[in-house]
Amino acid sequence: MKSFRADLHIHTVLSPCGDLDMSPVQIVDLIRLQNINIVAITDHNATHHGPLVRRLAEPYGIKVFFGAEVTSKEEAHLLCLFEEEEQRVAFQEFIDLNLPQIPNKPEKFGYQVVVNEAEDILQEIEYLLISALAVGVNQIEHEVHRLGGLFIPAHVDKPRYSLTSQLGFIPSDLNFDALELSRNTSTEVFLASNRYLKQQRFVRNSDAHYLSDIGKQTTSFNIEEPTLSEMKMALWGVNGRSVEL
Amino acid sequence: MTVSELVKKAELTVFAGSNGLNNEIVGGYTSDLLSDVMGNADAGCVWITLQSHKNVMAIASLKELAAVIIVNSGSPEADMSEQAEKEGIPVLGTTLGAFEISGILYNSLNA
Repeated sequence: MKSFRADLHIHTVLSPCGDLDMSPVQIVDLIRLQNINIVAITDHNATHHGPLVRRLAEPYGIKVFFGAEVTSKEEAHLLCLFEEEEQRVAFQEFIDLNLPQIPNKPEKFGYQVVVNEAEDILQEIEYLLISALAVGVNQIEHEVHRLGGLFIPAHVDKPRYSLTSQLGFIPSDLNFDALELSRNTSTEVFLASNRYLKQQRFVRNSDAHYLSDIGKQTTSFNIEEPTLSEMKMALWGVNGRSVEL
Repeated sequence: MTVSELVKKAELTVFAGSNGLNNEIVGGYTSDLLSDVMGNADAGCVWITLQSHKNVMAIASLKELAAVIIVNSGSPEADMSEQAEKEGIPVLGTTLGAFEISGILYNSLNA
């Protein structure tokens, strides 16, 4: 078993709240500097920057998962992670189908741009990416798992945009792969105030919006190889795989 | 005022939980944050919201609310309706927004 350091929640310049310095090239530089082995690129309701980050990071042996931090109808933030380009494309279609077409006002919300490795702007996403999809938490969970991805409700300890703030508590029958805790808490503190939670599958990530955030919080996976199925085993603590927070 | 009286007065749809239509209404609470309702709503209130997740019923039951009204022509998810039947807490619907239906409820209670 090998230990892989993972940061599964990184925004890019595509997120309106993501810093303009968060280009794929600069993000990969920081990932290398921080000795991170596995990352997921998770912009708000958008998956576009995953493939470029993967192409730039691959030569350094860094594993990049595609994904998004999706906002559900209830306005809970949910990390949805995928391994293959076909899954990413299918999930992007699901987002496009369910994201309301509210025009972005860049001067108010920030720019939503897709760039290339020369940091030229290739595309500006017209619709506001921080609005909520027209589908609920359960439907999003079904779609992620139908496509073979990982479903991780984001920063569940936060008093805003989390499953706990929006739905009062974590539904007992929600089929999540892990719960993400923010940098502001620990598993002990979170479990102490949420005693109803029977399971303890947690991850912690940086939720980086600025370059200097990358790797500030990571989760270590003791697994054979960096794949979603290996990470799933680690989260459940089976077949000798494990997670260290 | 009972829930069924409010249903008539505000022309509400009854989606589920009709076994609770005789519940007595003592007040109202309008919010879409379930954590807020859990902390601040009082027993006997009608909860006005756009949320339609099953957790709404768990909180309505915990807080002993009289009924839930889903605004803006929304409707409950299937498992929310099932739970409403079990709990005997009516889930109602309106085409109006939260502001308008809250006003109607407020005026009815203070008439």
